[in-house]
Amino acid sequence: MNHLNSEDEAVIRIQRLSLKFGGLQALSDVSVDIRSGKILAIIGPNGAGKTCFLNCINGFYHPYEGEILYRERDLTRLKPHQIASLGIARTFQNIELFSGLTALDNLMSARHIHMRRGALLGCLFFGPTRREEIAHRERVEEVIDLLEMASIRKKTVGSLPYGQRKKVDLARALCMDPSILLLDEPMAGMNVEEKEDMARFILDVYELKKIPIVLIEHDMDVVMDICQRIVVLDFGRKLAEGRPQEVKDNERVIRAYLGEE
Amino acid sequence: MRPCGVFDKSYALDIAIIRTWQHWAILISALLVLYLFPLFGSYYLVSFINLLSISIIVVLGLQIVSGLCGQISFGQAAFMAVGAYTSSILTIRYGVSFWLALPLSGIMAGAVGIIGGAPSLRIKGMYLAMATIAIHFVVIWLILHMQITGSFKGLYPMPPTIGGFEFDSDERMFYIIVTVMIIMTYGARNLMRSKVGRAFVAIRDNDLAGEVMGVNLYYNKLLAFFISCFYAGVAGSLWAHLITVVNTEQFTLLHALEYVGMLIIGGMGSIPGVFFGVLFIRILNELVMFASPALAKAVPWLGSSPAASLGLIAFGLAMAVFLVFEPRGLAHRWEIFKSSYRLYPFAH
Ligand SMILES: Nc1ncnc2c1ncn2[C@@H]1O[C@H](COP(=O)(O)OP(=O)(O)OP(=O)(O)O)[C@@H](O)[C@H]1O
Ligand SMILES: [Mg+2]
Repeated sequence: MNHLNSEDEAVIRIQRLSLKFGGLQALSDVSVDIRSGKILAIIGPNGAGKTCFLNCINGFYHPYEGEILYRERDLTRLKPHQIASLGIARTFQNIELFSGLTALDNLMSARHIHMRRGALLGCLFFGPTRREEIAHRERVEEVIDLLEMASIRKKTVGSLPYGQRKKVDLARALCMDPSILLLDEPMAGMNVEEKEDMARFILDVYELKKIPIVLIEHDMDVVMDICQRIVVLDFGRKLAEGRPQEVKDNERVIRAYLGEE
Repeated sequence: MRPCGVFDKSYALDIAIIRTWQHWAILISALLVLYLFPLFGSYYLVSFINLLSISIIVVLGLQIVSGLCGQISFGQAAFMAVGAYTSSILTIRYGVSFWLALPLSGIMAGAVGIIGGAPSLRIKGMYLAMATIAIHFVVIWLILHMQITGSFKGLYPMPPTIGGFEFDSDERMFYIIVTVMIIMTYGARNLMRSKVGRAFVAIRDNDLAGEVMGVNLYYNKLLAFFISCFYAGVAGSLWAHLITVVNTEQFTLLHALEYVGMLIIGGMGSIPGVFFGVLFIRILNELVMFASPALAKAVPWLGSSPAASLGLIAFGLAMAVFLVFEPRGLAHRWEIFKSSYRLYPFAH
């Protein structure tokens, strides 16, 4: 029982989150708990506020009301880089990579928060700096193995096909050794085969790291398959929350997706 | 890409710059030739290498802030001036030794650079470029309106000394300048592949994603400006004690523009590119100097000394050609050449 309890602990508590752009209410009064050891899906129609929700957690947007508590600490006034250094990693709907760099360097850049040597020692690059570099390279190579990326390691990411770039985006987030992983539509725009691969990778990561994962996804089959909980957003409001089957049978959710009859 | 048959057996080897014994051999013999050069090279060539080396240091700095971090700066000549004046003032008025004044000039220029770089926290691209031009004029104006800088008359710093030995000729200064240039190249190359270098590139390529990786934008942008201006300041100090006369005519906006030109023609984001760019522009300038008397004779209506305007035209033309046909600069050409050489005789 004890084990179950610790799995159910809320790592991030989001309470009464509200966000506005001028007259547009992007989020209103959204409360969600992100629990340890669970994959939480966020679904909803286009423009429902899913991406805004992630942007609030990682500090791009600052809500005018509500709080985001991460281990008793409020994140709403912190800057993105501060939140990143707490171990909250994310990917982007529109892939935001360092396009001029190789896949490997993209991943190495994610080790930023774990590396200690500053500019002066960086200029010298022997002894401790070099050892640090190699130690972090080893961590990055583990992720490369996990996501089967060895063949694209030294390729410039700008030249990679879309599906591969999505993968680099995920790998980069993993290289931060995150304590929470936020994924914004990691499978959007992929073909069936790539989608299956990606779902498998997400499950692998989940099995291996046992960190909470928040997954925004439109494909209901995928969501049903790999998530333990689902939150439904619509017009910035939380419409429903629960286990996949409950949500699937929920009247209001069906109406939001299929329209009023 | 590695030449055929070279495989990296460890991560240490993979990240090394100098990988094979052939590399070491080439490097050591090149350094040997360089250091022995004043013994057999002409005075003209020695002075030319001095000038090249100082420009290389300035453009290395520019490479860090613009090429790596993506913050365009037209302030490099002004920051070089800060270094040159700091070094002159410290040695002339306060009797500080050149060897201490050299790093202090870098730090001073770096400090001014942090102030100068502050607009980058709010603005990007074109607007930042305009702001740095403004900073150039503010710095030069301040220098002209202060007592300690000798105002319009400028300053006359002395050559450096060690014990009784005076570095009072171009051949002697050569050793100091070239050594500093090599150390600073080494530093820039290493910085590029370190945590800080990657943070800079993250800011350049995608500052949003950089923040999500935990990169503090404010801190790292100002750090990039500091390092860049440190380079300019050190170059300024070397310049001052080489030429032994410092005035604001040596640090005009045109010079700043020339440094940016060297960076673009050489190739943004590449250390060899700095060398290519500096060499290209400096040789172009020499050719113009060489050609202009003949041109003046052939086309009298150009006036007696068309060098100044001819130089500008040649520079502008070169810039335009590169921006249109090879915006990635000579460094990119060099990479293409290297990989096709390695693959020869196969096409891919
Ligand atoms: N920076 C912004 N400025 C103004 N409006 C914004 C901004 N960001 C988002 N919005 C608006 O907020 C609403 C929610 O956007 P959001 O991107 O969160 O939707 P989403 O659920 O992620 O949709 P999708 O499935 O298309 O990705 C939309 O109406 C959008 O136009
Ligand atoms: Mg979205």
